[in-house]
Amino acid sequence: MCGHLSYGLCVSPPPSAPGGDDLPYEVQRAQEINRIFGPKGSPEAYDVVFDLHNTTSNMGCTLILESSTDHFNLQMMNYIKKAIAPASCLVLLNEHPLLKYSTSRSVAKHPVGLEVGPQPQGVLRSNIFEAMRVLLKHALDFIELFNEGMEFPPCTVEVFRVLERVDYPRDANGNIIAMVHPNLQDCDWEPLNPGDPMFQTFDGKTIRYQGSGTVYPTFINEAAYYEKQQAFVTTGREALVASAIGKV
Amino acid sequence: MEKVSFSPLSRLAICGGTHGNEMSGVYMVRELQKLKLDRKGSVSITTVLTNPRAVDACRRYMETDLNRCFTDDLLSAPITDSTPYELRRACELNTQLGPKGSREAVDLLCDIHNTTSNMGICLIFYSSDWIALHIYKYLQRKITSAPVKAILLDTTSSEAYSLESVGKHGFTMEVGPQPNGVLRADIFNMVKEAVDLLIEWLQKFNSGSVFEGGEVEAFTPVRSVDYPRDPTTNDITAAIHPELQDNDYTLLHAGNPVFQSFSGETVEHEGEDLYPVFVNECAYYEKKIAFHLTKKITLTLPSISIKQD
Repeated sequence: MCGHLSYGLCVSPPPSAPGGDDLPYEVQRAQEINRIFGPKGSPEAYDVVFDLHNTTSNMGCTLILESSTDHFNLQMMNYIKKAIAPASCLVLLNEHPLLKYSTSRSVAKHPVGLEVGPQPQGVLRSNIFEAMRVLLKHALDFIELFNEGMEFPPCTVEVFRVLERVDYPRDANGNIIAMVHPNLQDCDWEPLNPGDPMFQTFDGKTIRYQGSGTVYPTFINEAAYYEKQQAFVTTGREALVASAIGKV
Repeated sequence: MEKVSFSPLSRLAICGGTHGNEMSGVYMVRELQKLKLDRKGSVSITTVLTNPRAVDACRRYMETDLNRCFTDDLLSAPITDSTPYELRRACELNTQLGPKGSREAVDLLCDIHNTTSNMGICLIFYSSDWIALHIYKYLQRKITSAPVKAILLDTTSSEAYSLESVGKHGFTMEVGPQPNGVLRADIFNMVKEAVDLLIEWLQKFNSGSVFEGGEVEAFTPVRSVDYPRDPTTNDITAAIHPELQDNDYTLLHAGNPVFQSFSGETVEHEGEDLYPVFVNECAYYEKKIAFHLTKKITLTLPSISIKQD
């Protein structure tokens, strides 16, 4: 079944095609979501959508940003990071023209992804649930403060910008022939330097990272991404400046 | 205790993918098949991906849990058009690796599983199988990368429902924690080490080694505990408490927290001191099991060796 709700767009037909029972379930849902919370790109669209996700990767609390020029979102994320400090909350920016995907939240004017891990699919962990609850609480607090007229001065937000997707080594039939190396497993957001172990073959050999510089991998060994040809994504650290915002 | 002797154990079956999203077994079997490993010394090795459709779909099962299909009753039921896929597979596997209870059955069946629970390496078998218990003793002594524990199920052979009961001797090798659909190198490496040691043990046994008796500890199930649920919707209303999460095998006393409700209240363990296992196993939500409670027992194993002619 083709259907990744968060991706909105299926391979074919595109969601703007006439609806009908022959569309995959998730494409029908995407159209309903667009009707209720969008239409995407229109003035009627919802102001903010929080999209709650878990990952099998050891990413901790992550906020996902889709546009480096969404100053409202940048200010919100800055607020959340400061509110939960010293606990960590990192920002992943996915603006990559090819790797970016049409998320369900993107129907809103300000889409915010909340990604918390590690948690296996189908499992509810108290600590992960609590982390999600805290993130959402601070996000809602920010909106309330904003609506009450608080002004937020310019700030700098550290983000991790998606650079490229790295797949598993595969054989001619498309089967994976190596696993994420034990040294890389669970090390989301830590620097990966050229020459560092990256994959381990089934008979114990190490395959090393051959990039030209240090990157910060994340979404390491996410269960759902095996079929999307992704063992992890590489990111680069950047400081984005958010303009002052306030309610008009 | 008198020494016990057994016929040679020359036919080993290594199975994976009984649950299609438990990746260590899937990849272990694939690797052994790629290496075309069908014999090692005195041991012939059959490798089977037991639930290929579920493996392709990366699901636990297609229609029904394959690892509950091996009771004598289910294996002998007539196959009709409405027989679920997994029941058909169970009968095929019984023909290939059994028949259960017969002389033609493989000597030892090792079925590789993963769990989302923090259980390290756990061998699960039906009680008083001296062969399986000695293998457990051997693995426990040799493996340092993870704790090796054992769970003994008190069930008759005819009522035994899981795949390994098809072999003359057998055990489930349950390794965790690993999420469904994920292949972790550290967990795979543990499984590989355990399989290599299993084969090594069989070769030693077949060449005449005596395995000294002694005491081993194991856990036996007493009861299982479900999540607190809403009486109307049946939805769970609490999650495993942070103090219990990941603490499989740690003794629970009355008053210790076991659940935390979404509104923050604590539910406590009641009754006798027991050891929890399979804490927050993903596949057990639908079986209404948050964890199993077990008691610890000590077993005295006899020395064993091959029958001398």
